[in-house]
Amino acid sequence: MAVLSLGIDCGSTTVKGALFDGEEIVKTMLLPTSARPGRRMKEIYDALYNEDVGYVVTTGYGRELLKESDKRVTEITCHAQGAHFLAGSLGGLIDIGGQDSKAILLEPNGHVKDFLMNDKCAAGTGRFIEMMCRILECSGDELDTFKQTGEPVDITSMCTVFAESEIISLLAQGADRGDIALGVIRSICRRTASFALKLPMEGRVFFSGGLARFNVFKENLSNMLDREVVTHPQSQLCGAIGAAVIGYRQIK
Amino acid sequence: MELIKELPEIFDSFSEQRKKSFVEAYELKQKGIPFVGGFCTYLPKELAYAMGACMVGLCSKTGETIPDAEKDLPRNLCPLIKSSYGFAKTDKCPFFYFSDLIVGETTCDGKKKMYEMLGEFKNVHVMELPNSQSKMGIELFKGEIVRLKEELERQFGTTITEEDIRRAIKVYNEQRVALKEFYGLQKMDPPPMGGMDMHKVLDGVQFRFDIPAATEDIKALTQKIKDEYDPEKYKGRKRILITGSPIGCSTEKVVKAIEDNGGVVVCYENCGGARSVDELVDENDPDVYNALSKRYINIPCSCMSPNPGRLELMDRLIDEYKVDAVVEVVLQACHTFNVESYKIKNFVTEKKNVPYLFLETDYSSTDAGQVNTRIGAFIEML
Repeated sequence: MAVLSLGIDCGSTTVKGALFDGEEIVKTMLLPTSARPGRRMKEIYDALYNEDVGYVVTTGYGRELLKESDKRVTEITCHAQGAHFLAGSLGGLIDIGGQDSKAILLEPNGHVKDFLMNDKCAAGTGRFIEMMCRILECSGDELDTFKQTGEPVDITSMCTVFAESEIISLLAQGADRGDIALGVIRSICRRTASFALKLPMEGRVFFSGGLARFNVFKENLSNMLDREVVTHPQSQLCGAIGAAVIGYRQIK
Repeated sequence: MELIKELPEIFDSFSEQRKKSFVEAYELKQKGIPFVGGFCTYLPKELAYAMGACMVGLCSKTGETIPDAEKDLPRNLCPLIKSSYGFAKTDKCPFFYFSDLIVGETTCDGKKKMYEMLGEFKNVHVMELPNSQSKMGIELFKGEIVRLKEELERQFGTTITEEDIRRAIKVYNEQRVALKEFYGLQKMDPPPMGGMDMHKVLDGVQFRFDIPAATEDIKALTQKIKDEYDPEKYKGRKRILITGSPIGCSTEKVVKAIEDNGGVVVCYENCGGARSVDELVDENDPDVYNALSKRYINIPCSCMSPNPGRLELMDRLIDEYKVDAVVEVVLQACHTFNVESYKIKNFVTEKKNVPYLFLETDYSSTDAGQVNTRIGAFIEML
């Protein structure tokens, strides 16, 4: 008898998979998307699939690419379900993805009430942070250590390409790289918050995506939104978990 | 004319009309029939008809000539304006080439400034369209209609009598009634046709030159759809109303995404749909110019300020078509619809309690994936 559901979320930067038994997430996996998203999804499928899997849901921009998928659901619905599973009743959700960001207004049961997407430009997405890390030669793990240092520098460019030249000139002027990093983080959080505040979010806001594991983003977002922002160790897998949760309902 | 029997073919024949009408236009021109090109729905088509001219729409809906247009026009301008100007400049659109006179109206800022530039190399007449639907506005536009009539008479060496205009009003009113009955079929639950098919007809009919014949075809099509109604075909689909900027060709991606994701478009509140067709011209008004002015100025486009008619129309359409959700399509840099979307969203979600999705797009296909995801998520949410 089928007792498991599999959710696979193919994002622009990473592909995530989650196996769900109706109670708990029993196994997860994460791979870089690379230039062959379909193949990556298949790798995850092959690694996680077993005969107990009764339903497969795919999501993310590559959701159409896996032929073994039983159902394709957009990442909006999956993130909402995933966040509800990980954190219970929430007012809203902010996801900063690799190439877009989204704000979702939630009903107490995890249903989507309204949503906004920023998909027109890389500012305010994970790309912005990747670019910064590259120029400042810092690893992701370093991000949370910067906050103990000094004053964030103001980054005014909203365009990723222009921000890159702005960072280079700041370095040339002798600015501290930690301060620049904090400035960039603050600017992306401000942008995300002002976009999310267009939705009337009440109560706790869940923060998902790869950046959610860094406290510095969570704290900045919380200040700018003036709301309690919560995350989860599995925040980055939120979409895949939501897909698996949706899939499990199809089995029952 | 060949005999077309099946509904899908009839829908396609309407969508192919634009291509077919290139040839028809050429033949009519050879016979010496003048062509008047227009952009917005505010142009009283009755005047051209009254003098025996053909009317053709020049609003362009593909991105192909935008790079040419951007040599003269700013990049961050509405794609419809850029594309139309581009087609005129490159003479790639036969309708621009065939138009003996192009008539524009002072609608949105982008269009009226574009007409000034167009006037440098095309024969352009611009009607002053007031931005308010007041008594004064009606008077002003009435004067502009008379001025257009005189301009047509002068340029084409003809006389347009009030009787000619009255006849034209009747002809176009009949077509409006036929179109309303046609798209009104979508009030049925489940609806009898897909939104893409409906769009093909509403768009294609604008490229028919024999107006009474087109009206007859629409009536026949309406009857055929009624006869062949299959309630199973669109059963269980979410009923969507599309509002906002004009759509066509390149922006049909929105209609496609709606219908690929489990929705069906039941109503268009835009230039090709109810917005421009809903109201008839008063045939009993002793003053034809007054009747035309009143009717045309009432078109609830966002270039009107304020624009209460749009809310009244939406109010009625949402109820009559049992709409599950509203999708607003706004072209990039279409300021009036973009700004007005705030009021529309509030009205739709708070007064009508119906979900609303705002989509900003252009004539490129680069955002097709994002449009699909947004619409997919929106329909999942319903």
